[in-house]
Amino acid sequence: MDLSKLKPGETARIMGLEGGYGFKRNLRIKGIKEGKNIKIIARQPIGGPLVVEVDGMQTVIGRGMARKIFVEEL
Amino acid sequence: MSLKHKNEKKELKKILLMGNPNVGKSVFFSRLTGANVICSNYPGTTVDFTKGIMRIKGERTNVIDVPGTCSLEPINKAEEVAVKMLKEGDIIINVVDATNFERNLYLTLELLEQNIPVIVALNMWDDAKHKGINIDVKELEKILNVPIIPTVAVTGEGVKTLVSRLDEAKSPDVKPKSEEEKWIEIGEIVKKVQTVKHRHHTLSERISDATVKPVTGIPIAVVVLFLVFQFIITIGNLVIEEILDPFFCNYYGPWITGVVNSFAPSGILHDILVGQFVEGELDFAQSFGLLTTGLYVPFVMVLPFVTLFYLMLGLLEDVGYLPRIAVLVDTIFHRLGLHGSAIVSVILGLGCNVPGALSTRILETRKQRFISATLLAICVPCMAQTAMIFGILGRYGTGYIMIVFSTLILLYLLLGFIMKKLIKGESPELFMEIPPYRKPNLTTLMKKTWMRVRSFLVEAVPFVILGVFIVNILYISGAIDVLGNIFAPVVVGWLGLPKEAAGALIVGFLRKDVAVGMLLPLGLSPMQLVIASTMLAIYFPCIATFMVLIRELGVKDMLKSCIIMIAVALIVGGILRLILLGV
Repeated sequence: MDLSKLKPGETARIMGLEGGYGFKRNLRIKGIKEGKNIKIIARQPIGGPLVVEVDGMQTVIGRGMARKIFVEEL
Repeated sequence: MSLKHKNEKKELKKILLMGNPNVGKSVFFSRLTGANVICSNYPGTTVDFTKGIMRIKGERTNVIDVPGTCSLEPINKAEEVAVKMLKEGDIIINVVDATNFERNLYLTLELLEQNIPVIVALNMWDDAKHKGINIDVKELEKILNVPIIPTVAVTGEGVKTLVSRLDEAKSPDVKPKSEEEKWIEIGEIVKKVQTVKHRHHTLSERISDATVKPVTGIPIAVVVLFLVFQFIITIGNLVIEEILDPFFCNYYGPWITGVVNSFAPSGILHDILVGQFVEGELDFAQSFGLLTTGLYVPFVMVLPFVTLFYLMLGLLEDVGYLPRIAVLVDTIFHRLGLHGSAIVSVILGLGCNVPGALSTRILETRKQRFISATLLAICVPCMAQTAMIFGILGRYGTGYIMIVFSTLILLYLLLGFIMKKLIKGESPELFMEIPPYRKPNLTTLMKKTWMRVRSFLVEAVPFVILGVFIVNILYISGAIDVLGNIFAPVVVGWLGLPKEAAGALIVGFLRKDVAVGMLLPLGLSPMQLVIASTMLAIYFPCIATFMVLIRELGVKDMLKSCIIMIAVALIVGGILRLILLGV
């Protein structure tokens, strides 16, 4: 399942990232990397971005990017 | 050749402050050099480098505040600046956010491979403790083989220790690792040195959640922005009506007229210094003398609003609210080929377009930068201009002011929507860390407000006075008639304004506030004032913004942008005339 399917309040573990090296690096240097727990804080309407929390730090991420993050719900 | 070589030898040693965005590099810079730079609580405050001087054991050393970057592979223009600076560094102070230790380590590992001595400041050490994060500094020093110093830049804790250990900075002999290897190493380091105690959601985190959830966040944003706006307007008007205007009219006016009359009771000099009397009396807004209107416009009509705006902006910045607004507007901005971060350039631009234009550097692609810079130049009036629009239109009712600003907002959306379709290139999605809310520090806030107000006083006020002088020359030399006739087809024929309004369009290139002020003596109807003020906002940026935009966009793109500005001004002007004047 990809991250965009989660609802606010739900937590999941990041299992994999899909995309080129630059894209993966970009995610990882902002804390979104394999093995981390990720919680959905908010979801903006009409395809807007998600606010997620990893290691206690919140990050806003576009819905398209979220679709490339594979998670397993906890 | 030999001379050049000598100069190079004499160059001061350079210390670079490098680290991820929003880790406190600028606060550090202020601490080390005593120089003031703008520090805020959002990523991307510093988009250009700042140099300062620090003395270490009596030796002068250059300290450079470098824009934040997450890795040495830049993803935007601000990060490009950072990576370019790297080559010039003699020592790197790598500022690391201790509360975000793991993700900050990537840049640290990259920096350690650069053959430049590194020293690490583990900053926000107090926050980390509060968050239950503990980092074994001794162990980390052993692993990374460079000095690590826990610091709290805001209070200065640890900064002295860091400076005293600067000469221990070193470039450890590491063999370059691939990206994947670095991530594995980071995992191992974190496991060895970091322990995190579980803790409950704090109040500030709950507020943080509420401000980014659409259901609660949007109403909160509306209320916050409304209150900020009301505060600026109410206090601004109060200061003007109760203090500044009475002072100018009752004391300064009679005094300066007396002084000038004592050596130039009439004639050109009198008219340039004091201006034309309106109905036999000095009118500070309309007389257009260097010592009357030339001072009244910047100090009475504009300064109170500029000061209050910067105070409120600083507050929102330091609390960390701006990134939340970026989250909430992202969906709309995406339709304009931008993303939520572009709101920063709008908000900064409402103060002055120059920092607004610079902040487009935090956007990733050329397309985004072009759209946001062009929209800024067309649709975002600076505070000086806004204050003057309020000053000349307010007397006829708030409705007229609303027409101007609704037009500009509508135009922002419409034009962005069109440019998104027409301009080639990518518009990546919003991806940004949202910093935790912080309690603003009053002293820092006051300092920052003063820095911005001072730059208005030093950089803008002389140009306002120059603008008023040029207005005088235009009228005295009769150039206003010549220009009026040249531009008559557009100004009179197309926009429905008197031909003298052409003068305002000319002066507007220098200072928009003076240009708006020039409309007042022309005796325009309220609707004509609406059209003219809107035109002054749209048609072209002021010279200061123009120069910055050329640098940021390049000559070719700036030329394109200018064509869009003028075309849009003509179209919107024509439409407004049809709707508002009905002819």
